[in-house]
Amino acid sequence: MADIHILATGRASSRLADLRLSGVAIVCIGILTIFILMAIFAAFIAPYEPSLPDLRARLAPPMWNEGGTTAHILGTDHLGRDMLSRLVYGSRIALLVGFFGVIVASLIGTAIGLIAGFVGGAVDSVLMAVVNTLLAVPNTLLYITVLAVFGQSLTLLIIVIGCINWTTFARVVRGEVLSIKQREFIEASRAIGQRPIVTIIRHILPNVLGPIIVIATMNVAMLIILEATLSFLGLGVQPPTVTWGRMLADGRDYVATAWWLAALPGVMITLLTLSLIFLGDWLRDRLDTRSDQ
Amino acid sequence: MTNYIIRRILQMIPVLFGVTLLVFLLLRVSGDPVQLMLGEDATAEQVAQLRAAMGLDRPLHVQYISYMSDLLRGDFGTSIRYNNQPALQVVLERLPATAQLAGMALLVAIVISLPAAIIAAYWRGRIPDYIASFLSVLGQAMPSFWFGIMLILVFGITLSWLPVSGQDQPGAVILPGLALGASLAGVLTRLLRSSLLEVMNQDFIRTARAKGLHPRTIIFRHVLRNSILSYLTVIGLETAALMAGAVVTEQVFAWPGIGLLVIQAINFRDMAVVQAVIILSAIIVMMTSLIVDILYSLIDPRIQHG
Repeated sequence: MADIHILATGRASSRLADLRLSGVAIVCIGILTIFILMAIFAAFIAPYEPSLPDLRARLAPPMWNEGGTTAHILGTDHLGRDMLSRLVYGSRIALLVGFFGVIVASLIGTAIGLIAGFVGGAVDSVLMAVVNTLLAVPNTLLYITVLAVFGQSLTLLIIVIGCINWTTFARVVRGEVLSIKQREFIEASRAIGQRPIVTIIRHILPNVLGPIIVIATMNVAMLIILEATLSFLGLGVQPPTVTWGRMLADGRDYVATAWWLAALPGVMITLLTLSLIFLGDWLRDRLDTRSDQ
Repeated sequence: MTNYIIRRILQMIPVLFGVTLLVFLLLRVSGDPVQLMLGEDATAEQVAQLRAAMGLDRPLHVQYISYMSDLLRGDFGTSIRYNNQPALQVVLERLPATAQLAGMALLVAIVISLPAAIIAAYWRGRIPDYIASFLSVLGQAMPSFWFGIMLILVFGITLSWLPVSGQDQPGAVILPGLALGASLAGVLTRLLRSSLLEVMNQDFIRTARAKGLHPRTIIFRHVLRNSILSYLTVIGLETAALMAGAVVTEQVFAWPGIGLLVIQAINFRDMAVVQAVIILSAIIVMMTSLIVDILYSLIDPRIQHG
């Protein structure tokens, strides 16, 4: 019965209820949940104030290393700030930028992709010219320049990401719309005199939801790396807000004497992006309408 | 074919126009270069004088037209950081270093991904496949600058095998090349593995198997040959991205290429150099994609461009 329903409406979103978890997916969702909880409850989890220097406890190694103590489980940095507390707080900016960046970008990209694909003609040509322009400039360069020009703050970073990163969403959504447009149920909805906006929202949008979710998941990982890169270059959210990229930049100068300063933030970033990419792969296998035809 | 190439080049014009417009607007809102050049103590009169001399007092669209005509004559402005040398020249001088780094990264990516993908596809669903697939996702998941710092820690400091900064010592390109190439190696492994598996499911491979050909012969003579096209395409397209991705890697390894230059230029508000880098990389990206498309249709005659 459920299958007939899917066939009848061509809805990818109803597959969401049908997702069976695999082992990899469970591990990834578990890791993500831990990171999200860590970001929300940072104030309760972190044993110290993340920006509080303690010069007597400078460069203390993690507890399992020689000279390490249980007072600072993951050691301290060059100013004696507790590494564990800083890593916990760092997850906030990474997740905020990742999730909100993707939300803004996917809203802009989906809207533009829907319009370009559905309206077609000159509107489509102009919108695609904008997409091609943004794709021609290496994005890292564009982010660096824009942030250097406009200054650095969390809100601005998310807006800039939204304005640059939407192209992937627009292209994929447009492609999907162009192929869906040929199908009978769209013709039918037009024939019964539905307004275009209703056709788009009720019949086309549910069908492009699957690809959007897959790209969005992968994109969060990409944005977390981007945020770390920008912070590493000094163009991310500014101190005293803790970012993993900034921690890495600070730790780089001490890599010969205190490896944990640079190593640990990278481990956090990699864990988070790794689970997002695996999750995206798994979602693609489950949601991609083409792969199961 | 000639028509196709001409049409593709014509299609590049509006994109280039868009890129220059974007850069122009970015530069105009980036703050007053005159104030920056004259310093804090300049009088209002001096500022007005220099603004008029530089044409900054004209309306925006007039400025854009003169800016475009300068660009078309190859004049990207002068670098305020490098003794007023032409910005384009400053950038072109750094291009070989970045090209060398990108070449090394490409080599690393191919040397890793080719065997890794074949191993993964050959032992599909078994332990070698899982290991190769995990490592390729890991390559994509790690921030390249962190991987670079870890390489410095292990091979530069702990083992002292390789130089960790600059370009002068022999072998200096190895670590930055590894750091930059790791992510591409991951992308390429995943892509080639899935395209190998796709070909392996086709009828002619079943025929080859039924004929009793050795699995190794099938893989190398039939499967790989039919999968290599998409692999080569992605290599072509990623090469341009590598040049841009080098920004952070060059920062980590103090590699004197375009990436290091552009960060220094931005910190110095040397916007002429920044714009030269952006426009030049856009041109490189578009040219590479054109060349890939042309090669594609030469390698695979089934692809017709009307």
